[in-house]
This record gives sequence, structure tokens and C-alpha cells, in this order.
Amino acid sequence: MQEIQSLMGGFAVAMSWFNLVLMLAGVTLGVLIGVLPGLGGANGVAILLPLTFTMSQQPGGATSAIILLSCIYWGALFGGAITSILFNIPGEPWSVATTFDGYPLAQKGQAGAALTSAFTSSFIGALVAVILITFISPVIARFALRFGPPEFFSVYLLTFSAFVGMSKGTPFKTIAAMMAGFALAAVGIDTVTGQLRLTFGFSELLKGFDFLIAVIGLFGIGEILLTIEEGLEFRGTKAKLNLRVVLDTWKELPKYWKTSIRSSAVGCMMGIVPGGATPASFMAYGLAKKMSRDGEEFGTGKIEGVVAPETAAHAAGTSALLPMLTLGVPGSPTAAVLLGGLLIWGLQPGPLLFVEKPDFVWGLIASMYLGNIVGLIVVLTCVPLFASILRIPFAIIAPVILVICAIGAYTVHNSIFDVWLMIVFGILGYVFKKLDYPMAPLVLALVLGDRAEDAFRQSMLGPEGSLTVFFSNPLVGTITGAALLLLFWPLISRALAIVRGRNGRGG
Amino acid sequence: MEDKKPVASMRAAELVMAGLFVAFGALVMWDSRRLGASWAEDGPQAGYFPFYIGLFIVVSAVVIIFRALNLGEKGRVAFVERGQLRMVLLVMVPTVVYAALIANPWFSLGIYLSSAIFISFFMWHLGKYRWTRIAPVSLGVAVFFFVLFEVWFKLPLPKGPIEAALGFN
Repeated sequence: MQEIQSLMGGFAVAMSWFNLVLMLAGVTLGVLIGVLPGLGGANGVAILLPLTFTMSQQPGGATSAIILLSCIYWGALFGGAITSILFNIPGEPWSVATTFDGYPLAQKGQAGAALTSAFTSSFIGALVAVILITFISPVIARFALRFGPPEFFSVYLLTFSAFVGMSKGTPFKTIAAMMAGFALAAVGIDTVTGQLRLTFGFSELLKGFDFLIAVIGLFGIGEILLTIEEGLEFRGTKAKLNLRVVLDTWKELPKYWKTSIRSSAVGCMMGIVPGGATPASFMAYGLAKKMSRDGEEFGTGKIEGVVAPETAAHAAGTSALLPMLTLGVPGSPTAAVLLGGLLIWGLQPGPLLFVEKPDFVWGLIASMYLGNIVGLIVVLTCVPLFASILRIPFAIIAPVILVICAIGAYTVHNSIFDVWLMIVFGILGYVFKKLDYPMAPLVLALVLGDRAEDAFRQSMLGPEGSLTVFFSNPLVGTITGAALLLLFWPLISRALAIVRGRNGRGG
Repeated sequence: MEDKKPVASMRAAELVMAGLFVAFGALVMWDSRRLGASWAEDGPQAGYFPFYIGLFIVVSAVVIIFRALNLGEKGRVAFVERGQLRMVLLVMVPTVVYAALIANPWFSLGIYLSSAIFISFFMWHLGKYRWTRIAPVSLGVAVFFFVLFEVWFKLPLPKGPIEAALGFN
């Protein structure tokens, strides 16, 4: 049980007073970010990332920095449930399913019970995912140590194919958005030949597009524009959460253990796949509705209808860090921002991280346990406070959020050009959202573009030097094959449906 | 209902966006050709990867255009209504002015004063607050950020005449 030993070492790192204070600050900030419109996990972390530059240069500072940022992420995951239940506004896409039963419960005056069960199930979902990370990630990392450039490229291919194969709308919009991300990532000086690509003589474009700016603009400004379009009013129910309600709800929750286990499993599986948290929450809700004894009453305010999506979303959101840590492939936009953080702090994400920086990795994993406990306590005790923030009129909160976004964009490179870029990305985010273009593939392509291209070109340098290198051994062949299968899944499933339809008519 | 009047249809918006994608993809392909998008002695040239990225953008955007042309009734749904667009512009225009105030070649106000003006404008124009409410909130936020970034985190943000007069730069 070497993992247990490593984990204990991790706890020793994470348990310092400084780190515990950071956890508390991170979770509180995260819930705040999750509650406020226009600030979510991804751009909240992106805005605060520059603040960790100095922190990460001290000894052990990178660990503290990742603890702060990951705790903001846990907080944001918790915070999404507050707006969904009290205001019927999903703070994050994966909280949409929580509104189905959460808001009716709040309208019936059971907001406290709904919130308690949402937070508790979030915690359980996260806990299951963290346990999974603790025991699976060292195995995957050890396995991935054998990976060469072709294997890595095929993993990237798998990641991006998963987006195409699982896209909700038309896959062509996913491809267009993703490829735009790759194109933006290519802007600037080519790392191999030193040539200038796509700069067209503008000196501002020499350093390329920073994905942090894109995240702040797309998710932050775009979200504000969408919110303001609907008018200025937030109408919500009052939240009261006392110990009696919490304990009463906790007594009721063990009844839904089957739902919890099922939703955790769905969440963990989907979380490893990029963009999995949102489908996971819907899938878990659908499964619970189908399998529950009173599935008919789902949507009218059932506790079980809150438990299922929240468990799955949090499990997925947490396990999204597994491929990020072990392979350097983030499973969600927020994980992508965290990955960008690692690069900025001078750490190479990927399997070597487990060998070279065990303190960092295990400190982070241990902080996931602690951060979620801290998070549960914070949200259970401070709900009225967070809910009152949503009552601040939009005419005050909107400009303040825009100011925060502008400062966040500026601090990335100390450049006013980035603030303008952020505004452009904001308009793009607004149009993308209205036309149903997905934003996560664009962000992930922007983060991984250079690495994917490097892996591709390094694979080509070998003796084979042709595309066959991606099928040159069973390992890389399997991953590439799986990637192609996922990529063409929309076509394959349609073909299958046609074949099945024909058979149905024939027999 | 003047406010419900659509400014643009869904089809028009889809076509414009996909058209922009075609132009962007073509631009990427053109620049990649300039760099060399084929195979050299030692592997792919600098433009190889981006060239195919551009090609993918153009192809998928063309498919989106064809789909948009066949949208039927759904294409006539409003992309944005007049009232919605007014609200969006009410946020966008001040934000652009705000960014221009922070730093420009003529007279930069710095981020703190600009932020105070920006928040004041929102509260006055959208929130219809009195100046007795506006002044403490907008100045308070600006001072808070100043203390947070300049004093605590020691992250220098753009500053203007007021900060210079106070001896910060």
C-alpha cells in the first residue's frame, strides 16, 4: 500500500497552517465565484492565477498555489448548487439538472433540506472521486511513463475526438470551435523553426494568445452579457439553514445510498472524459428517475432528484483532474486552467510529475480530501451570507465583476492589449453561447495546441516519419483506434440506427 | 411591443458567424502556405499543422452554412431582440470606454480612477442611485482594489495622475 504512505506524506505537506488558511480562503472565494453571475470555476481560477506568480517562487510555494486554486474550484462546484436551488439560475452548466428538483423544493419552503442534501451529495461524490484518484492515478502515471510522442499525440487525439463524439448539437460546430482554438494556439513564434506564424506583422501577436485571456473573456464577459440580456432582476427564495434542518436531512439521506453509488460511478467515469461533468449530471438524474420507486414524482421537488445530479457532477468535476495530473490532459476547462498554472509555475504536467515532484502531487491529492471537508463546513454554515450576495443589485455587481475581469486580464502579462482581447473574446463568447457553439473545446485546444503539435512533430521525426507511426504498436494503435471511433461516433450511431431500423421493418 | 422586435434572425447570425469562420480558416491556410505546409527532409514544415487546422475550419464552416440555409422555420427565430440588444450594448459600450480610459496614448486615467467612474456610471444610469450611494460604493471598491494589488500583492496595475500625485508609480 505505497499509495497510503504517499498520501500520508501529502497530508503532512497540506496540513501546515498556511495551507489550511489558503484552503479556507480558496473555498470561500470559490463559493463566492460560483454564486456570482459571470464568474465561474474556470475564469475565477484564471483571474486569480496571476496572483500566485510570486507565491509559487518560494519553496513549497507551487503546492500552496495549487491548493489555493483547486480549493477555489471545489468552492465553485459547491456554489453552483446555491444559485440553482434558491434562484433557479444554474451557476454552472452541470448545475442545470439540480434546478429540476432543487428549485421546486425551495418553493415548497424546503430550501434548507435541498441545500443540505446538495452539499452533502457533492461532498460524497467528490470523496469517491478523490479516493479513485488516490489509488488509480499512480498506476496510470506509472503506465504512462512508457509513453513516447506518438502515444501522447494519440491521447490528445482521443481527448479532442471525445468532444466531437459527445457533442450535444452538431459536431461541426464543435470541430469549428476546437480548430479555432488550435489556430489561435499556433499564433506566434514556432517553437521548432523559430518562424513567425499568423502574426501578420503585429508585434502584439508575437507572444501568441494566452488562454487565460480567452477564458476570462469567453466565460466571464460572455456570461455577463447573457445575464443582462434577460433583464436586471434576480428573484429568489430565502435560505435558512439551521442545525436541526441539516441533521434531519442527514437522517434521510442514507435512504438514497443506491442513487449515491450509481451517481458517483457515472460521475467518475464521465469525468475522466473531457467535458463530462454536464452529461454526467443529466445521466445520473435520468438514471435515478428511471430506477427510483417514486421516479414519477421527480421534478416536483424530491430530495433524490437533487442527490443524483449533484453527486455525479461533483464526482465528475473532481475526477477531471485525474487525466490532468497523470497525462497532462485536462478533462474540463477549469482543469485546463489549473494545467496552465502548472506550466506557469515551471512544472511539467504528465506522468513524470509523480516521480519528480511527489510532494506536489500528493500534497494536492491530500488537499482534495481536506478542501472538500472545509468546503462542506463553509457552505453549510455560510449559506445565508452567500445568498445575500445575490441580492446585491445587478447595477452594482455587474460593473464590479467587469472590473475584476479587466484586472485579471491585465495582470496576466501586464498588458492593456490583453484587456481589449478579453472584450473581443467576451463578444465571441456571447455569440458562441447564443448559436450553440461549445466553448470548452476552444479553450482546451488553446491550452493543448502547442503540446499536441509538438507531440505530432516529434512523432514524425522518428525513423518511420509518416502517419503510420500512430498504429506502429498495439498501445498507440488502440488509443488511436478508440479516438477515431469516438470521432466518427455521430456517423456510426446514425448508420447503426439506419441498419437497426431496416432490420426492424424486415422482421 | 417594440422591444420584442428581432434585430437579426437565427439564420442570419448563423451565416455571419460561419462566414467569419470561413474567412478565418482561409486566412490561416494562406499564411501556412506562405510558411510551407508540406513535408520537408526532417518532417512537417512550420505551416503543416496549421494548414490542416485551417482546412478543417473552412470545411466545417461550409457544412454549418448549408445547415443554416436549410433551417426552415427555426431560422426565423430572433437571434437577438431589440430590447436585449439595447441591454447588451448598455454593458458593452461603457466597457469599451472603460478599457480606453485605463490606458490610451493621450490621457490615461489608470485602472483605479477608471474603475470608479465605470461603477459610478452603471449605478447612476442602470441603477438610478443617488450620488450619496454611488460615491461611497465606487470609491470604496477602487480603494479596496488599490490596497489589495498595490500594497498587499505588490502587483503594479496601470496608474494615472491621482496615484502619481500621491507618490505611487
